[in-house]
Amino acid sequence: MIDQYVESISTFSGDIDNVIWVVFLIVGFWFVLAELVFFGLIFKFLAKPGVKAKYVSGERPEEKRWVTLPHYATLAFDVAIIVLAIKVWHDVKIDLPKADSTVRVISQQWAWTFVHPGPDNQLDTPDDITTVDELHVEKDKTYHFELTSRDVLHSFSVPVFRLKQDAIPGRIIKGWFKATQTGQYDIQCTEICGIGHGIMPARIIIESPAQHRTWNQSNAPKVADAAPTTPPTQLGGMP
Amino acid sequence: MSAAAHAEHDHAHGHAHHDEGFIQKYLWSTDHKMIAMQYLFTGIAMALVGGFTVYAFRMQLAFPGMPVPGYGRVTATDYNALVTTHGSVMVFWVAMPVLIAALGNYLIPLMIGCDDMVFPRLNRLSYQLFLLSAIVLMASFYVPGGAFGGAWTSYPPLSAKAEYNLTGLGSSMWLFAVALEFAAFLLGGINFITTVMNSRAPGMKMFDVPIVVWMIIIASILFMASVGPLIAGAVMLMFDQQLGTGFFDPAKGGDPVLWQHLFWFFGHPEVYVVLLPAMGIVAEIITVFSRKKLFAYKTVLYTAIGTGVLSFFVWAHHQFIAGIDPRMANVFSVTTLLISIPVAEMVFVYIGTLYGGSIRLTTPMLWALAFIAEFLLGGVTGIFLGASGADIYFHDTYFVIAHFHYTFFPIAFIGSFAAITYWFPKMFGRMMSETWGKVHFWGTIIPFNLIFIPLFLLGARGDHRRIYDYRHFPDLMKAGMQDLRILATLALLVLLAFQVVFLVNLFHSIFRGEKAAANPWNANTLEWQAPSPPPHGNFPQGLPNVYRGPYEYSHPDRAEDYWPQTEPEAAKS
Repeated sequence: MIDQYVESISTFSGDIDNVIWVVFLIVGFWFVLAELVFFGLIFKFLAKPGVKAKYVSGERPEEKRWVTLPHYATLAFDVAIIVLAIKVWHDVKIDLPKADSTVRVISQQWAWTFVHPGPDNQLDTPDDITTVDELHVEKDKTYHFELTSRDVLHSFSVPVFRLKQDAIPGRIIKGWFKATQTGQYDIQCTEICGIGHGIMPARIIIESPAQHRTWNQSNAPKVADAAPTTPPTQLGGMP
Repeated sequence: MSAAAHAEHDHAHGHAHHDEGFIQKYLWSTDHKMIAMQYLFTGIAMALVGGFTVYAFRMQLAFPGMPVPGYGRVTATDYNALVTTHGSVMVFWVAMPVLIAALGNYLIPLMIGCDDMVFPRLNRLSYQLFLLSAIVLMASFYVPGGAFGGAWTSYPPLSAKAEYNLTGLGSSMWLFAVALEFAAFLLGGINFITTVMNSRAPGMKMFDVPIVVWMIIIASILFMASVGPLIAGAVMLMFDQQLGTGFFDPAKGGDPVLWQHLFWFFGHPEVYVVLLPAMGIVAEIITVFSRKKLFAYKTVLYTAIGTGVLSFFVWAHHQFIAGIDPRMANVFSVTTLLISIPVAEMVFVYIGTLYGGSIRLTTPMLWALAFIAEFLLGGVTGIFLGASGADIYFHDTYFVIAHFHYTFFPIAFIGSFAAITYWFPKMFGRMMSETWGKVHFWGTIIPFNLIFIPLFLLGARGDHRRIYDYRHFPDLMKAGMQDLRILATLALLVLLAFQVVFLVNLFHSIFRGEKAAANPWNANTLEWQAPSPPPHGNFPQGLPNVYRGPYEYSHPDRAEDYWPQTEPEAAKS
């Protein structure tokens, strides 16, 4: 349903779409049924001259049944939705698979800084590649991200991945994703962060292994340029 | 209580020499009905503010960068302030005063058969604090930096530091206004609960109390139990803003997420604080206009109490992805979905009440029925957001906005219009125009759906909230998306235009409407036994006695299809 409008290109985006689809079917059915009964009763029992309304207390068991049975049905469907939602939640937010690579995502008023590990695939080494408002990742590779903020709350959202996580100053929050196809898509900030909240877009660029290797090599700082004695700088670290 | 209230009245009259002056009568009154009117008309005035702000920012969304007629160009700063003010005003300065304060004040003494609230001067103070809070909020637009623009949830660190929000004074004024307003409603809530405990008419047992009164009482208890943490949080945030403390500042050992817990610990019960009175209004109206006994009175009452208790355990569903321990989401997902059960049960009961009725589609009845039909959609879309796995995608999108408005618009507006059109004859002694009432009804309901169904679709397509210009996001400018934004804005313009019909009908009917009898709807509850409008003291023929429950419509032993609570058994025909 969602993927008709927003591409679904992470390993878990399809699972999230499934939860949404199942919830849609369940609540859609109950919603339509309830509205049909509701409008049906209104039209059936419009006032007619000389016809008095029924006197029903609704306290007798055979009357109350009409409310308690749907009530148990609601409970049963709630349990089904909970089980499904929590399973997906665990996969996306709790059980992080082993990472092939880690990127650092630093938010601030009103820009994103992305620190890529560079050709050696290690953060905090001289060949790290730092970009603004542009995140480069490789398709079919499991990434961990370390998300933080320099000032206020922001939120790192990649709609095509169905991924969203708030960034909090003073804290590093870890998460993961694995893209299943190449392309360029929006990264949004989805937590209000001041007057520039609306002008804080970034792009995620998902590349094939060959493209990513080329990008890594052409953008990595020349290691020879960096003084070998300099300790690795913690870009975007907290004061 | 009567003695105390009379002493109060005598005291007031002592200064006014019996013939009350304008100030004494309209501004300094301790009469619960006059205080209700003050709350009602202040609420309507604030609704105009809320309506104007949404007009300005929706125009910007539909036609970005174009000057908005009557406002001018909406800058990013303006946009945030408008969004923040719209949310704060509609929740705290429209829904709360109209549904709880105005209706609670007006209806409680009349419906339980007494002459006034037990603490009339506390009541007067409550309104005065409320008015002050509204003035402080409005004044914040005119201070250096302008009004606060950090959203109605006011999350720190954005709200805590002027260097981040650029509205140092505006943020503090917003916070002060909110805290003051809560103090006002605390005073009101104390009054409501005490009055219903102590001043019910002789013979009125717990299960003879009309559902709307019960709902306002349960709502007041919820409010009193939940607001403490938020006021504490507001004081801490004020200290962070003005004294440089670090309760919410991680660099000083604080935690910004703490505010979110304090805010939503209040904020979620708050949803039910306004929902329950609206549910109560609907119960009164559908019984009267279907001439039916309420289906399962006790079930309604118990589900309302169950909803209230459960509402204290769902708050963190607003924070699934906010950086709380992700395992907490499991707990709050469960509680959130469970709360659907009592709320759904209440809706089932109302639908059950219609069965076998003799339904008259008067204007108040149309509003009450529309409440059920529209609120259902608001309720079921909440399931998407309570299910943690699905919320990852929907969080902070227009899907949330649409869901919220499908609950809140029915509560704050459909519920209020139902109440105003139903109790208008009692309040003003005149009838409202049914024709114009129905024109206003359809002119509101149709555009309402045309505003928010597009927003559901936009949310599903990934539109995130509080963005003043979507042209910065290539994926959000795909074919058709801007059309949906324009459709929502045009529907809003139609909806706003039709509110003029309501205002004209309201004020015209107050002065020129057809005279109303004491009980124009043939209803059972006590307020309809008082004259229309009731004088100071409410029941000039003496305080009533109560003989039965409020919903004895179409009783098989009676020729008439109603049976007032005050009519003794012997008088049955």
